[in-house]
Amino acid sequence: MLHGTTQKRGWGFWAQLAFTLLVCGFLILPALLSMLAGVTVNFFQGLSSGLTLKWVFQVFELYSDTLLLTLGVALGCLGVTLLIGVPAAYVLTVRQSWLTRLIEEVVTLPVAIPGLAIALALLLTYGGFGEFRRSWGFILVGHVLYTLPFMLRAVMAVLASIDIRTLEEGAASLGAGFWTRFFTVVLPNARSGILAGSLMVVTLSIGEFNLTWMLHTPLTKTLPVGLADSYASMRLEVGSAFTLVFFVMIVPLLVAMQTLSRLERRARSARPLADDRAQAPAVKATAVETVR
Amino acid sequence: MTFAETPRTPVQLRACAKTFADGTRALEPLDLEIAGGETLVFLGPSGCGKTTTLRLVAGLEAPDPGGRVLFDGQDVTPLPIEKREVGMVFQSYALFPNMDVAGNVGYGLRVRRVAEAERAHRVAEVLEMMAIGDLAHRRVDQLSGGQRQRVALARALAVRPRVLLLDEPLTALDAALRERLRVEIDALLRRLGITAIYVTHDQSEAMALGDRIVVMRQGQVAQVGPPREIYFRPANRFVAEFIGTMNLLRGSRRGGRLQLAGGELALTAPGAPGEDLPDAVETEYLFRPEAVEVISPEDASLSGRVASALFLGDRTRLVIEGVTDRPVIAEAAGRREFADGDRVGLALDPRDLLRLPG
Ligand SMILES: Nc1ncnc2c1ncn2[C@@H]1O[C@H](COP(=O)(O)OP(=O)(O)OP(=O)(O)O)[C@@H](O)[C@H]1O
Ligand SMILES: [Mg+2]
Repeated sequence: MLHGTTQKRGWGFWAQLAFTLLVCGFLILPALLSMLAGVTVNFFQGLSSGLTLKWVFQVFELYSDTLLLTLGVALGCLGVTLLIGVPAAYVLTVRQSWLTRLIEEVVTLPVAIPGLAIALALLLTYGGFGEFRRSWGFILVGHVLYTLPFMLRAVMAVLASIDIRTLEEGAASLGAGFWTRFFTVVLPNARSGILAGSLMVVTLSIGEFNLTWMLHTPLTKTLPVGLADSYASMRLEVGSAFTLVFFVMIVPLLVAMQTLSRLERRARSARPLADDRAQAPAVKATAVETVR
Repeated sequence: MTFAETPRTPVQLRACAKTFADGTRALEPLDLEIAGGETLVFLGPSGCGKTTTLRLVAGLEAPDPGGRVLFDGQDVTPLPIEKREVGMVFQSYALFPNMDVAGNVGYGLRVRRVAEAERAHRVAEVLEMMAIGDLAHRRVDQLSGGQRQRVALARALAVRPRVLLLDEPLTALDAALRERLRVEIDALLRRLGITAIYVTHDQSEAMALGDRIVVMRQGQVAQVGPPREIYFRPANRFVAEFIGTMNLLRGSRRGGRLQLAGGELALTAPGAPGEDLPDAVETEYLFRPEAVEVISPEDASLSGRVASALFLGDRTRLVIEGVTDRPVIAEAAGRREFADGDRVGLALDPRDLLRLPG
């Protein structure tokens, strides 16, 4: 089969390949150029001016606090969404009523509402609490609001797909109390969803701009806000070096997310095996057919 | 497993009714005594409340106020399922995907903090008993349906439950495997002597496994009794028609004989002390297809016409019209061939005729 297609590849195939590569190139080129600019001595003179890590170091010098804050907020956000999201996803899956459906909808709202609007609402409501307003906790709250639905959805999807209620009843019939069930049956079986949700939350939190831009103070800037800041006020090479740093941070997360969802799909497609003994005669019969 | 240790826990249900939050009345007040070591089968059409009753015994549902569940005389109504020490086998098996076979079977022992060595020993013992010793380290999703079923049973038995509860454990399997596992479960239950409650909507499963059968209908008990009694002495029309095939004869009774469209039938065997039944314009009798003997129409007082004949190998299933207002199903043994339209005579032992109250 495979050999056949190799031989029969006509001009249509090559035309499609060329077009695809062209589109990819068009999309990737700006990113590559931008990152390249970050390690060029002088972008306006071009690559001939030589390569350097100077700008990257300068970014670390100027914005290391931004980097730390971003990671801090992302991890804090992960912690909070795990703590709230996982139990909430469990409750929403197990106890289905109009109330839980309503809660689910409300919690999902921030995905659809522009980050700016959420930020404004937060400012209007809590902007008066000076200490809180100035702390990175304020940004954390915004990020939690924004990322929680993703954690919730990821965990709920897994819990729904494994019929967690019956699994729990099985565990209970064997003598397991609520907490034992939660830690030995619910959490381990929700693991893939929790992992997927976690990667999603961290990635979203690191890249979040809209909300954060509204909520930040000069002392609480996250990476994307710093990025905007450097584009506006620094030389082009520094801004580009910043882009490079951002890429280096975010790409591994994206790859991890892809890998995970692929593994997940493979696990999901596993079906119960046919019964060996019941199947055996049928298998033999076909074998005989083939020999003949 | 040391069979001597198997508890033979009698179970009692006292006025157990169940009304769900949405107002569904799934079970009318039920009183039931299940003897220690007995296998009781709940049988009935879909939605009649079998699962609900089982879940009441398990402790997964609470009965309506006033209802009580007793194990060995002890009131367990307020106890949740994890304190009732029951073993439960679910229709979907509910095996834990995050553990291998040994992990699943040992789960109940782990929860009870049985020491590692003892646990491994008991798990191996139960796996051996279920003939799945070689699967101990398989992942659950690498098992076939029949193997999953065995693991589910092994898991429920490993904790030496007081009562074993099975909710349609074989429904998800194909017919041949179902038959084989049914025989195995039967042998296992007899050997263990454990009190078992088995839910099914398959009557042959119920007949084969049950010491007694509870036939249910719309949340009510239609009849309780041993399989033979349920089959041969159905208490009412519902049981008669739900279990196996029943023929209905409708006609008038005169002088101890039933007058039908296709002739007449003696209601008492010659010489037997017959009940003195009053004449009636309209009355109904029931009989099973295997009770009737297909003979030549000249020798019979009752006859009809073959509407269809289905050759089943060991016998031929006939649909006969013209006997009464409904077609009658009869089974003829032997080599005789039937063509549509043939006239046949029917002979029936009056003892096989069933008259239902009401
Ligand atoms: N949680 C519930 N809430 C409301 N109604 C319920 C609930 N569980 C069951 N019912 C209803 O109670 C009745 C009995 O249900 P049950 O599951 O006991 O039937 P069953 O005899 O086991 O049927 P099946 O053979 O289909 O499993 C049905 O009408 C069902 O719709
Ligand atoms: Mg059921």
